[in-house]
Amino acid sequence: MTRDDALDIMRDVLHHVAPEADLGEIEPGESMAEALDLDSMDFLNFMIGLHERTGIEIPELDYPQLSTVEKCADYLVAHA
Amino acid sequence: MGDFHMPSLGADMEVGRVTEWLVKAGDEVKRGDIVAVVETEKSTIEVEIFESGVIEAIVVPVGEEVPVGTVLARVQSGASGAPEARGPVPASSESILPTEPTPPTGREVATTAAPVVRSPVVRHLAAESGIDLAAVTGTGEGGVITRHDVERALAAQQPPTSRVRASPWARRVAAERGVDLNSVQGTGPGGAVTEADVRKVGAARSRPAAAPSEPAVAAVAAELPANTGPTSDAAAKQASLRRAIGALMARSKREIPHYYLSTTIDMRAASEWLEHVNAGRSITDRLVMPVLLLKATARAVATVPEMNGFMIDGRFEARAAVQVGVAISLRGGGVIAPAIHDTATLGLNDLMVALRDLVTRARVGRLRSSEMSDPTITVTNLGDLGVDQVFGVIYPPQVALVGFGKVAERPWAEDGLLGARPTVTATLAADHRVSDGHRGGLFLSAIDRLLQAPEEL
Repeated sequence: MTRDDALDIMRDVLHHVAPEADLGEIEPGESMAEALDLDSMDFLNFMIGLHERTGIEIPELDYPQLSTVEKCADYLVAHA
Repeated sequence: MGDFHMPSLGADMEVGRVTEWLVKAGDEVKRGDIVAVVETEKSTIEVEIFESGVIEAIVVPVGEEVPVGTVLARVQSGASGAPEARGPVPASSESILPTEPTPPTGREVATTAAPVVRSPVVRHLAAESGIDLAAVTGTGEGGVITRHDVERALAAQQPPTSRVRASPWARRVAAERGVDLNSVQGTGPGGAVTEADVRKVGAARSRPAAAPSEPAVAAVAAELPANTGPTSDAAAKQASLRRAIGALMARSKREIPHYYLSTTIDMRAASEWLEHVNAGRSITDRLVMPVLLLKATARAVATVPEMNGFMIDGRFEARAAVQVGVAISLRGGGVIAPAIHDTATLGLNDLMVALRDLVTRARVGRLRSSEMSDPTITVTNLGDLGVDQVFGVIYPPQVALVGFGKVAERPWAEDGLLGARPTVTATLAADHRVSDGHRGGLFLSAIDRLLQAPEEL
């Protein structure tokens, strides 16, 4: 998986969780949950969506490693 | 003989508009079937019918706003037709069908080519998702096509990657107007199809005679009944939502003598248990902390029953079943608190599924009438925002609201030692006409006690 693939998947999954959210609006380093007003259920649905699309098992303890756009993309690339 | 009325979907609702009928005259309905979609100031609700029978006539057409209690449809009840045949699927009720032709519904036709669909919900789902029922193999009793069959057909037909980007609202409008999303040019973020895009296509198609230069917006306005106003206008929706919430909360503050209590709960046991359980589970089966908080609150009602029920005409009516209303914030503003049925008796895994489902449907505006009308106590959880504690306003006619703040590590003194532990502040807003601070305190301490043994929740 390339980084662009990862970003595409994230964009797609996010669109189902929060249809009006736009990854492009987020500043580098900014938490996605805060920037897009995702509550814990939205964030869980985001994680589940990523898992369903990539097959990657994301342990709960790793959630903080997927908090920003960059970290999330890196994580998916590294674990694919 | 019974009638199907515009239900009261919350104490703040005075009028509603049917935006969709899922049944027509002659259709057989079972108690609990979703028969109509009603729009209120706050939300769009799927309305269930509470009597089995046959729809005799639709009285109120789509688009008309009517007061709560208005007869929406006439229903020939199964009981009056053939009492001996009452059951989940009264076969003999077909004999009292009006003359309007309806698809065959009897068991005997299961082997013929015609698809057998009993549930309006299934038919609606199929129509909404463009599934041809004739091509679906029914796995239900007697070859009846179930919701599951349609969902499977849909999954087979629609790999997630090929989905057109569109908001849920746009999808609904598209389904309602028979617009194929693939044919719509999206103008939203990332080329997503917006509701306005769909309406443009729908309007252009439905008025082929209109001059091409005619602004699409005029066509849309012309489609709407004159007295209903611009329902598609997000600002107007938001304004009416705020008005509805404001009216209800003002009534609460005016009528209910609130008292407030708060307690800080040690969440070490609950946090450790949750972490341990989730570590062994696939991501799709994991639990979230709000599920434990909901369950503990629901079970604490057994200790102090006067927190659970309704204040009606100055008298409190306790309820045996605990239907916890979950405050869910809506994207774009507003809050809605639909119920999870039988919260106290659902297992944690089922509760998790129910909560996810409820939040998802609340956000896309697909709640059901029973969820709106019968919460017996409300829980609001603002911990995600880092809020420490919530001072709640009770939803009339309920008599209590429990609030939870953020679960976070805080200083904790025990046995003369100071340490750090995850804690949460639970608050109670309760109605002084029904209970007092002592009983309220018992209720909060029951929640605390239940959370200390999460494995038993």
